[in-house]
Parts: sequence; C-alpha cells; structure tokens
Amino acid sequence: MIVRKNDRVIVLGITGKQGTFWTEKMIGYGTNAVAGVNPKRAGETHVGVPIFATTADAVAKVGGDVAVMFIPPPMAKDAAVSAAQAGIKLLVVLTEHIPALDVMAMHAAAAKHGTRIVGPNTAGLVTPGESFVGIMPAFVPSVFKPGRVGVISRSGSLGTLVCLNLTRAGLGQSAFIGIGGDPMLGTTTREALEALDRDSGTDAVVIVGEIGGAMEESAAAYARNMRKPMIAFIAGAAAPPGKKMGHAGAIVTGSAGSYASKRKALEAAGVVVVDTPSQIATAVAAGLQASRAGSKIAARNSA
Amino acid sequence: MGLRFRGDDGTTMNFEEHVAKSLILAPAGVPVPRGILCITVAEAAMAAANIGPCVIKAQVATGKRGKAGGIKLAGTPDEARKAAEQILGMRIGEYTVERLLVEEQADIDREFYAAVLHDVAARRPLVLFSTEGGMDIEDVAAAKPAAIRRLLVDIDGEPSAADIAGMLKGLRLDAAEEQIARILAQLYDIYRARDAELLEINPLALLADRRVVALDCKFVLDDAAIYRQTEIGKDGAVGVMTALEKRGVEAGLKLIQLDGNVGVLANGAGLTMTTMDVIRHYGGKPANFLEIGGEAYTKSEIALDLVLSNPGVKSLVINFCGAFARTDVMAEGVVRAWHALKPKIPVFFSIHGTGENEAIALVRNQLGIEPYDFMEDAIQAAVKAAQ
Repeated sequence: MIVRKNDRVIVLGITGKQGTFWTEKMIGYGTNAVAGVNPKRAGETHVGVPIFATTADAVAKVGGDVAVMFIPPPMAKDAAVSAAQAGIKLLVVLTEHIPALDVMAMHAAAAKHGTRIVGPNTAGLVTPGESFVGIMPAFVPSVFKPGRVGVISRSGSLGTLVCLNLTRAGLGQSAFIGIGGDPMLGTTTREALEALDRDSGTDAVVIVGEIGGAMEESAAAYARNMRKPMIAFIAGAAAPPGKKMGHAGAIVTGSAGSYASKRKALEAAGVVVVDTPSQIATAVAAGLQASRAGSKIAARNSA
Repeated sequence: MGLRFRGDDGTTMNFEEHVAKSLILAPAGVPVPRGILCITVAEAAMAAANIGPCVIKAQVATGKRGKAGGIKLAGTPDEARKAAEQILGMRIGEYTVERLLVEEQADIDREFYAAVLHDVAARRPLVLFSTEGGMDIEDVAAAKPAAIRRLLVDIDGEPSAADIAGMLKGLRLDAAEEQIARILAQLYDIYRARDAELLEINPLALLADRRVVALDCKFVLDDAAIYRQTEIGKDGAVGVMTALEKRGVEAGLKLIQLDGNVGVLANGAGLTMTTMDVIRHYGGKPANFLEIGGEAYTKSEIALDLVLSNPGVKSLVINFCGAFARTDVMAEGVVRAWHALKPKIPVFFSIHGTGENEAIALVRNQLGIEPYDFMEDAIQAAVKAAQ
C-alpha cells in the first residue's frame, strides 16, 4: 500500500468534476496515470489519459496496478467489484457514505480476487517525490517532502496537518497511508503499520488514530515487537460519548474503542502517545535519535 | 475524510417499536403481538377495551423504557386509562412521550434474544442468538458469554438451514426451534432488504401457547442507505435536535451544540475532533462540533453564521487544513459571512494546506487578522479570550 512511481494507476470516474481535478493534480505530481474508465466515453482521451469502457478493458490494453475510485455511493460497489475481477491489486476507495452492505460486498470481492482495498472514505496515498493517489495535497511543498517517516491516518485533514508539522520540523515522509474513516476498512492500522515496518525507506512511524473501533489496540499489539520508533496521536479525547462525529467509526460505546483504551494499549506497547499534533514532530525526532542510539525506552522517556 | 458526494446531516436513524413491528417485522412474516397505536388517553382506553388485558408502551426511539416507567400492564380499560395518563408526556432520555402502543399481554414461557448486525472486524454480517433474552446483551456477553451463539454470514449468500440449525444446536429449544430458525432467516432477509445497521429482537418470546413472538424490536437504518430506503426512511426518528442543530441539518451540515464557550469551525471530522481535544487540553470547553469537510467545504459562509449564532460562544477558532478542501475557498466564504455578520467575539485562525497562501492573504487583508502558524497557539489564545 505504498504507491511507487512506476505503479500504473487507473482512474475510475475520471471524467467527473473531482476525477478531472485530481487526475490533473496526480499527473502533475508524477503519478503514472495510464487509463480512465467511463463506459459512455470509451475511446476518448480526457486530461491526456485514454478512457476505456471497463476496468477490465483498461487492464487488458494498457495494464494497471492501482485503481482509484471517484465514484458516488450508489455505483461504488459495482465499480469496486469490477476492479477486483479485473485483477487490480490495490484499490483506493475515496467515496464516503457507501452503504455498509455494499462495503461488505466490496470486501468479499476483494478477498476473492486478491485485491487490497484502501478505504472506503480515505483521502488516499502519498509517496512524497514519487506518486500520489487520491485527494491529498501532495503537491503542496509546505506539507509533504521526501524523507523517512511513515504516516498512517484515518483522517485526511488531520493527516495533512501532521505531515505539515513534520515537514516544518525538517522531517520528510517516506509514505502517507490514509486508511480511511469508515468502520469497515480494507486496510487496518495494523496492516499499514506492518507495511511501513517492512519498508526499508521508513525509519519511524506516526499513527494518527481516532476513537471508535479497535484498530489502534490491534496495532499496539504489533508495535510491541517493532524496532522502529512509533508515535501516536488519537483524535476524539474530548468527544462526547455516543455522539457521531462525522466518521461512522467514531462512535464510543462503553469503554471499548475509547480514547483511554487506545492510549493505554499503545503506551503499554512502548508507543509514545502525544496530546497535541504539534508534539508529534518533537517526539519523532527524539524517537529517531534514541533509535540510532539503540534504545526504544530512551525515546519514550525523552518525549 | 474521503470523497463526499452529498452533505452529511449527521443523522442516525432509529425507529420506534410500533414502526419496526408494523412496517418491518410483520410484512416479512415475523410474528408480533396484536397492538394499536394511540396518541390520547381515550384512545388507549378504547384500545384496551378492544384487546383485553394489555401492556401500554411508550413509543420513543430509545432503550430503557421499562426502567424509566414507560411500560405498564393494564388488566382493564380503566387501568389502561391510568397508565396512559402517566406515560403520555413523560420524559424518557431526550424524548417526550407522544405515542403509546397498546398491545395484547403475552403469557411468556421463555425469553430469547436475536439480532443481525455488521461484524465490523470481520467485515461480514453476524447473526446473534441467545437463550438469555429480556436483558441487555452486553450484560449477557459479560456474565455468560457461552449463552450467545454467533453465525458469520457470507455477504454474497445467506445463512442456510444447516447453518442456523448448527447455531441453535444443543440449546434445547424443543418445539420452538423450528419457529426460531424461521425467524432468524427472516431477520437476515430484513437486514439485507432494509439496509439495517442493527436489527434486534429482545425479547423474542416463547408463549404459553407455544408460539414464538417478537415482543420488542430495535431497528437502526444504515444512514448511508437512506437514499435507497425511501419507503421506510420517512418513518425514522433522528433524535432530538436543538434549533441550531436543525438549522445545521437544513444547511446540510453536521452541527452538535455543546455546553462550552469556544466555538469551532474546522474542515474534516478528524481535524475538528482534534481542535476540540486541544481546546480541552488547554483547559477550555468547546461550544460545538461543526465540520465542513468533503464537498461541504464550500459552505463556510453558512457555517460561520451557525457557529456565531450559538449564544454560548465567547471566542472562535477557525482551523483549516486543506487537503481536498481548498482553504482559499473556505476563507472566501468566511470573509463574505464576516462582512455580513460583523462578529462581536474574538476569532483566531490557523490555516494550512491546499490554497493556504491565498487564504492567509485574504484573512490578513480583508479582516485584518494574522493567522497563527500553529493551531495549538490559535486555540490557546481562543481559550484565554473565552475566560
């Protein structure tokens, strides 16, 4: 789920307003956008990209490793299932508010065809200096710059803020993985964490979590045995219980998924949990310094 | 925050028991007791005369009605009248009782629990059944986890008769097993057909006459599916909202009014929650949750109006971090609203991301305010100003 410069990207819904705007941004950044899909405009070219009737057609003619969906909720399931059937390995689902039954059907199709879904309701993936897929301001130099810190975020806006703070502190990013704000995600915090832990270009990982669900707790179980320093910020400490705050995932019921539960699990695993976003960069710098000195504990104490 | 194609009015749609029973369970063949919906004391008495010994149930889309005194037995029309007098107008949770369901009394032999919902971690539908009905399923899960049977279902299929029989095996349901198996299959069909987020029958009762009947029903509609559930969507209850929250819904914005005094206007749920967290971190209290993420970022003008209309607000943080949302467009909306509304309270900005140069210049030149470099500093200043 780290996008690379050579990954061939197919844009589903390329001719819509957002599809057009963001495809131009992606191409401008260096993303290898090879095809668009729109059954009504097959054979045409849009923003310099050839359009095919189906994802399968696009894959057959020009190939494709990644597909990104700019598709409204009522059509999202069919588009995702078709992409999985066409053999797409990585499917980035930006769409918010897809009915849960459709989301489950998408995940079932992905599992059947060996497709990894990122999202739904993600802002996408950024590999600074290489490629980006989605709706992130990868092209804003004050926000993203190439480097060695991996960032995992459920939220696009907050993930942007965190990358901005890292960049200001001189800490570039190896990859930004937006996993999405939905409750049922194709890629969990833990899976993204494992990918960044394996990535030789990443020296430290920041996770930007959110109340609700148990993904941060599960990531904490993995972090226990990680050598790379890990810093976490969890949004929602002040959220009133039981209120829906925009992401369906952010519902607190009882103590499971609460801020306290996540913070406790992460801290017990040796992860530095900070109180405000601007503390992240300081904690990352300290963590990197300590890990060079060979001690994860020192990172914790110095943060 | 991903790509939003419509406004999020923030509704979670619950349904009152009588709606769930008459419009959702009964049409699918799930047995429910005979009942009559009443809105006055006189109607309740008449219904009791018609039905015989009955139970008078407050109709509000929330749990714990029994504990709140909203469910009473009545043997005669006179008793029904008295019960209805007590229950109508009663406050239960955030609701005032305006409707009663007068239902035939059930001669209960055993109480079960049945539900279908999403298993979020497994990303598949889950059917639950327990012989410990009539109490909170969370309490059962804590006290007697073995009493809960689970069946994960393949979303592309449905639970087979063998699946359900396996799930119920060893529970000694005897003659009730066949009826329960049929009801579980029906519940799964309803869950699929109606886009339920949760469909729960508690209790599912075995009566003295050996019939199995749904005595209560909780149905929560997946709010992402309201667009294709128009038939039942109009019967849902979306909770009690303040006048300001209703204005938010009308504008297609999710606003939650809170009891603090630092107003919040930010884009994206994650950034908005974080802004509230940092307000708390510096000892302040947020006055609202309001996000203009996704396509709603073009609504900053009405959003500023809403936040300033909150009588409790003493200072305001405007925190934009543009990814998809363009900060220049959001700042333009704020400036327009500002000239119309002329805020009397101090406002503190932090602006970053897509369009930040234009946005910062706009706020600096048009409003004479210098945005802060760090959101923490803007928030700290706002908390101080509100004290």
